[in-house]
Amino acid sequence: MKLTGAQILWECLVREGVTDVFGYPGGAILPAYDAMLDYPIRHILVRHEQGATHMADGYARASGGVGVAIATSGPGATNMVTGIATAMMDSSPIVCITGQVGSRLIGSDAFQEIDITGITLPITKHNYLVTRAEDVARAVREAFVIAKSGRPGPVLIDITKDAQQASCEFDWEGAAPSVPGWRSRPEAPASAIAQAVALLNEAQRPVILAGHGVMISGAMEQLKALAERGQIPVAMTLLGIGCLPASHALNFGMMGMHGEAWVNHAIQEADLLIAAGMCFDDRVTGNLKTYAPNARKIHIEIDPSEINKNVPVDVALIGDLRDVLTRLLPSVAEGNREPWLRHIDSIKGDAAVRDIQSLPDDGHLYAAHVINDLWRATRSRDTIVVTDVGQHQMWEAQYYHHEAPRSLITSGGLGTMGFAVPAAIGAKRARPEADVWAVVGDGGFQMTMCELATAVQDSIDIKVAIINNGFLGMVRQWQEFFYERRYAATPLSGPDFVKLAEAFGIRGIGVTKRSGVLPAVDEARAHAGPVVVDFRVEQEDTVYPMVPAGGDLHAMIRRPNPIVETAADV
Amino acid sequence: MIMHTFSVYVEDQPGALNRVASLFRRRGFNIVSLAVGHSETPGVSRMTIVVHTDAGGAHRIEAHLYKLIHVIRVEDITQRPAVIRDLALIKVSADPTSRPPIMQLAEVFGARVVDVAPASLVIEMAGSEAKIDGLLDVLRPYGVLEMVRTGRVAMSRGEGTRSGAGPAAAMPETEAGVSYSV
Repeated sequence: MKLTGAQILWECLVREGVTDVFGYPGGAILPAYDAMLDYPIRHILVRHEQGATHMADGYARASGGVGVAIATSGPGATNMVTGIATAMMDSSPIVCITGQVGSRLIGSDAFQEIDITGITLPITKHNYLVTRAEDVARAVREAFVIAKSGRPGPVLIDITKDAQQASCEFDWEGAAPSVPGWRSRPEAPASAIAQAVALLNEAQRPVILAGHGVMISGAMEQLKALAERGQIPVAMTLLGIGCLPASHALNFGMMGMHGEAWVNHAIQEADLLIAAGMCFDDRVTGNLKTYAPNARKIHIEIDPSEINKNVPVDVALIGDLRDVLTRLLPSVAEGNREPWLRHIDSIKGDAAVRDIQSLPDDGHLYAAHVINDLWRATRSRDTIVVTDVGQHQMWEAQYYHHEAPRSLITSGGLGTMGFAVPAAIGAKRARPEADVWAVVGDGGFQMTMCELATAVQDSIDIKVAIINNGFLGMVRQWQEFFYERRYAATPLSGPDFVKLAEAFGIRGIGVTKRSGVLPAVDEARAHAGPVVVDFRVEQEDTVYPMVPAGGDLHAMIRRPNPIVETAADV
Repeated sequence: MIMHTFSVYVEDQPGALNRVASLFRRRGFNIVSLAVGHSETPGVSRMTIVVHTDAGGAHRIEAHLYKLIHVIRVEDITQRPAVIRDLALIKVSADPTSRPPIMQLAEVFGARVVDVAPASLVIEMAGSEAKIDGLLDVLRPYGVLEMVRTGRVAMSRGEGTRSGAGPAAAMPETEAGVSYSV
């Protein structure tokens, strides 16, 4: 069967199971767009190529599959860079396809020519420059294998215009991936497993540190089994949230810079850390010199380059987390760690400073109220929350109690503002039956709010909750703590978001009082179609607790005048 | 911190050298020398890379190299018995009177004179870096006009072929704990 390179591209994507692509056309990718019309592909026209990559990322994280973004050469390709880097840092499998100028023009600084494979070299797992139609199929097939195997990540395929136009014999089988250096399933040696088991069984004060790898590997059941069998408390990284239900007795919450105080203290007092699919990011360790000084460390990780990168470990189990835990579990002794769990509970008792109900309803609206009420109103339904980056992101992590894996999607590693709205659109396409809420600050929202038009044009029913405090809040908070309240360039104005929503043809709701939160959430949910809710919250509210960057994990800045939360909040 | 020497087998693909070099830059390792050429297997290039780093850094370099899709195999041969050579071409200023002593020096160092011109000689020497440095020291008084060196190329001693018959085909699946692309 003779096909053009463009047809081969779609033929392969369809065979890889792709149904949705997020993209933006242009000169160098036109042959591919022309061929697309003949294939069962739903194309979502974005407003900026960064949005396409975040949508593909959101799609991948919500579905567990691979997200696909497509753009033209030059600026189309460079606009993708932020989204590709975001996916790289958070191990999210996306495949980005870019058009490239004709192969004979490469290197000539032709119109809209850019060396996108060079630019994305350090932010992709791998990338391809395809200059012949004959090479399209293999590149696509390899890209999917590479993107989703091992530690997932983004792959970019740059296809010259002539490679899209030329015809050749299409041979799916003949294009089977051939990567001599690729071996994706390392297996931890039995001796290391035995060592880990020995450490586990003798530990008095162990803590499991659960990260994104739990979800990627699909090891939720095994993690729960390990925690329950050994009676081991579980702390989560930001991206690990949801891997164990928040209501589980052994789920103690988030660790790190804005983690729960009792979790950070428990880590500092632990005699064993079991790091499962997490990489000891500086945002969770604080000062490495004083980090978990009494703890032995077991690191279960599929990427060998993470071992001993930040924290030296006693036992490294390199392999797929689910496999490793499955092999580990039978030898783990049933634990009775009552004194340790009681001890953490006692720290928690002192440290529960969450003042959700207790904050006065004095006409002010607090972000914590909004998030907590949003959780109450949506907890009984299949809901995905996609956050942006900043204060609202941390409040979401603290006050929205996630029960299900893949129910929180957020940019962790790169901390990409502007992520939420497009990633929510991608998540909704991946899981149309779920309610998808983008929780976003007024700063990040204004970075990619153009994608509301995408949601409208393609009827993608996302709900957007803007936590609007008129500041670049997290930066303002750092200025408050570390720069003597000199608010350089953090006060932020914006349009009237309700009117803006209406201009997009979207329902807009403004909320200024706590009593308005639940009705607004209900109204948004009941409305078929995208909704923007503008929550005008307290301007100078602060995320507590906080470990200053590089500070000791146990030395947190605490909320002044702690008010103990009521039972109804948890 | 010591000099670590890596032998790296990579698919002979456009951009492969760039990927490897970029990795060292990106991760903050400074390459002391890098030599690349064909290996015994068609389609597979072999690089010898020398980096000044500690044991942890060497381990990370190896793990990161394996994450590059084009990288087939990495060996840190720093601690292994190995043959290590550098090749130098040195052009020395030489007139008829200074030519004989220079040629004698070259002979002492096991180097060869590969070109003779009225006012200069080109000396070729393969050997350890220290030995080449030694030759350079004694040649300098005569006037070194030009020099080019390949940087270190290395091969571990003994019978084992390391790259395997076909790329990756002969490699055990679970060796050494770190050898995986992910």
